[in-house]
Amino acid sequence: MCAHEAPRIVAGGYERRATYDLSGERGAMTTLLKLKVEPARVLAEQDRGKKAAMIQYLAQKFRVDVWDILHDKGTGHWGGASSVAEILTTLYFDTLNVRPNEPRWPDRDRVVLSKGHASAMLYTVLANRGFFPTEELHTFRQINSRLQGHPCMNETPGVDMSTGALGHGMSVSLGMALAARLQKKSYWTYVIMGEGCLDEGQTWEALMAAAKFKPERLVALIDFNGYQLDGSSDEIMPLAPLFEKFHAFQWNVSPTVFNGHDVTNVLRALEWVKQQNQWPVVVIFKTKKGRGISFTEDTHKFHGAVIDDQTYAKGRPELMKTLAELEVAL
Amino acid sequence: MKTDVKLLSMRDALGQTLVELAPEIPELVVLDADVSASTKTAGFAKAYPDRFFNVGVAEANMADIAAGMATAGLRPVINTFSLFLALKCADQIRNTICYNNLPVVLAGAYGGLSDSYDGASHQAILDIAMLRTLPNMVVIVPADAEETKQALKLALRRNGPTFIRGCRNETPVLFEGAEPFRIGKARKLRDGRDLTIAACGIPVLMAMEAAERLANDGIAVDLLAIATVKPIDEKALAASASKTGAVLAVEEHNIYGGFGGAVAEALAKHAPARMDFIGVQDRFTESGPYDALMKKYGISVEALVAKAKALVAKKPAPPKPVAKPAAKKVVTRKPTAKKPVVKKAAAKKQAAKKVARKTGVAKRTARRTR
Repeated sequence: MCAHEAPRIVAGGYERRATYDLSGERGAMTTLLKLKVEPARVLAEQDRGKKAAMIQYLAQKFRVDVWDILHDKGTGHWGGASSVAEILTTLYFDTLNVRPNEPRWPDRDRVVLSKGHASAMLYTVLANRGFFPTEELHTFRQINSRLQGHPCMNETPGVDMSTGALGHGMSVSLGMALAARLQKKSYWTYVIMGEGCLDEGQTWEALMAAAKFKPERLVALIDFNGYQLDGSSDEIMPLAPLFEKFHAFQWNVSPTVFNGHDVTNVLRALEWVKQQNQWPVVVIFKTKKGRGISFTEDTHKFHGAVIDDQTYAKGRPELMKTLAELEVAL
Repeated sequence: MKTDVKLLSMRDALGQTLVELAPEIPELVVLDADVSASTKTAGFAKAYPDRFFNVGVAEANMADIAAGMATAGLRPVINTFSLFLALKCADQIRNTICYNNLPVVLAGAYGGLSDSYDGASHQAILDIAMLRTLPNMVVIVPADAEETKQALKLALRRNGPTFIRGCRNETPVLFEGAEPFRIGKARKLRDGRDLTIAACGIPVLMAMEAAERLANDGIAVDLLAIATVKPIDEKALAASASKTGAVLAVEEHNIYGGFGGAVAEALAKHAPARMDFIGVQDRFTESGPYDALMKKYGISVEALVAKAKALVAKKPAPPKPVAKPAAKKVVTRKPTAKKPVVKKAAAKKQAAKKVARKTGVAKRTARRTR
């Protein structure tokens, strides 16, 4: 809390009056839940079915963490963070070749979270994957923190590109993939975009350019959660027919829309990607904005709304119920 | 007309230097937005097709592709007209290249009024202002082809973004064999006690001639050629302004926010001095021959001389009144002192015009670019 004095204008100048506070800070500091399965165990798991169950559990646990953190801090984007939980968790706990103790390892696979407002989920996944201590999650969006409101590559270990202003990710990823080709490296570049990014003209410039240069191992993942800041994407800016658009832009499009909340499905999609040799590749995931809580799902109202005490208390049991079910399946 | 002045355009110099540097810098890649014939990166494209990326008319995309490449260890140089670079890629340059301090070189061809015939839609008189507000960015406005070459070489060794503003037309090579260009270091071209002229870019040439004319009129100019607009050489500026007490900033740009602004900011802090500004007076410009356009919009030797004299006349009386009542003398002496100068200047102007006609106008390629 930082108290200021509010001045009152009087004849010939102003005088001091009551104090006020601009920070919007909240006192509470929830202790994040303990993980029921060690991240190392998830990474080492050989059985695909078991692994899928573990990742499904992790993604839900991260969702609870994000709900807690956003409520604590009174700031952040729930809707888009929640919709990308399974996609990000599956990438980092199964697909990606990364070294948390060497985040700038030149041969690492890259992830560009073009929908940078989902930063809370990215940070939670990165922390649990070992890029930085999970305690640091409590500093999200606070002053002097490495966890900026939107991802910053020079602040947060594991973040491959700063994002936030929408529509940059596709171009940047194309640059990374072209660099790999030129330097004869075989890392993969994944860019995650939402509808907001697909609204931006630059994305379509980049889609065209990617089809021209066709760099190997460039993969676009669409987190199609159906809602934007102001309303549904059909209402704000219809993207249909998205499949046909990607086809028309000469991309290798996934044969089906995958369920972005079912880890088995996400794994199948990412395995399909690995079998491709026509570049670039795009996978469309159908997801739900605000996934996991009945009243935050399929609405734009929880894009970036403050999670107040009442909303928090109402929503958390729903998340916990699902988490408990997933824990049983471990 | 034959001339012993070596003429070379900055874009040709840049294009040639890219080709020269390619073998020694394997990380060097070049991107262009469908203007490689104009920016002269076409030579690089031909020599190193694998390292050249023409992204089409999609400047913003180009800037971010370069950013992605830079994160992976490449050294991209992005090329388009300076106006489009500053405006169409503003978000990308700010939020991706500068925010992440990525080593991307931004080569803005056709800076200032140099894309003269294409008109106001193509003339970059805001690029310096736009790009110097971005943290991590170094802004270089070379005065000739030689400085452009050297700036490119230094920029490719920097660990962050660098903007190099070019000029479309062939202009005299000034700094070949001179002391090497250093980022952040002004060049002192003339010593004087009456007035500082600080200039960047093509108008440095004009400032040199104006200083000669002013000398004939009894005004000794301290002439600084300042190619690095950011970080600006505050030390050199402060030393000069403390001595002369009056500073004329000269640039091929809007008078607001560009080089003149940078000079004023530096001096306000270190050595406040009376100032005036040569540049486009916050107006939209038009089509026409380069030299005629510059003259019409207030960037000419004549304009420099006039503003310099007015500035000197307004200077407060120097501390030692007996030693040098320079300000008054200049004004009163004007009619007598001017005669021979005018002849000399007129002859020079004639010669310059011929050169411009031969090199600038005549050599304009048939292919009109956008």
